[in-house]
Amino acid sequence: MSALPLSTLLPVIATISLNHYIAVAGMLFVIGFIGVLLRQNTLVIYMSLELMLNAATLAAVAFSRYNGTMDGNVFVFFIITVAAAEVAVGLAIIVALFRKRHTVQVEELGTLKN
Amino acid sequence: MSDAFFYIFATLTLASAILVVANRNAVNSAVFMIVSFLGMASLFVLLEAYFLAVIQVLVYAGAVIVLFLFIIMLLDVKGGDRQKFRPVTAIATLAAAALLFTGVGVLYQAPSLAVAPPADPGVGASLKDFGALLFTRYLLPMQVTGFLLLIAMIGVIVLSKRFDASKQGPTA
Repeated sequence: MSALPLSTLLPVIATISLNHYIAVAGMLFVIGFIGVLLRQNTLVIYMSLELMLNAATLAAVAFSRYNGTMDGNVFVFFIITVAAAEVAVGLAIIVALFRKRHTVQVEELGTLKN
Repeated sequence: MSDAFFYIFATLTLASAILVVANRNAVNSAVFMIVSFLGMASLFVLLEAYFLAVIQVLVYAGAVIVLFLFIIMLLDVKGGDRQKFRPVTAIATLAAAALLFTGVGVLYQAPSLAVAPPADPGVGASLKDFGALLFTRYLLPMQVTGFLLLIAMIGVIVLSKRFDASKQGPTA
């Protein structure tokens, strides 16, 4: 089965231009950034980091589509792989931290402070 | 028609991302994150990157969120934050967010970005081209990524071992 271009189903991206996607990606990045800075639960901080990573992938896919090349798509494939590995290692670190300190609130994890 | 889809999915993605950040309960945050990732996968479909949309749902909305929920329930973290950040944190966040929003606004108005996509069928749609590219031009990054996954697996196993305080090093 050959790949079906979406344009045969819908009049795709008639007026949506690249800057719409970049704006969405930028706003998503800002939301994740605010989450990283303001939240105190380590797990939620980690989720906000994933949001920021996703914003970057959205921008890469949009640039790839509007430039008519595959390279951005391949790059996003690698980003997703690395992100999955990162989540596994990061959550293992959080679990090890919780075993030792019995908390995941960053305010209570200030051993290195001063 | 497809413009409407773009706005629907973009709103869905952004609204659920805000709910991820604003929710006090970590489990609710994780569930809203699934919605955000599904909206993102829909945007990938609109960009004709079907393979990446499938990968997004499988890896992110599937594996990563399940891992997050598993850890949240394993640690059994009660309540949310105390929501008591210092004023300097809030000011720094607001300033940085304003800076980022300004950058996004400038990007949004850039005339070089206000372009229509090329009319040829989707570049990301062809799985055959994707695989060919992965095993020719991107062969070395592909193998490095595979090795990275192996390292991550070994690292997680080492981290998950219980450390005994009376002995040096990890014990089984």
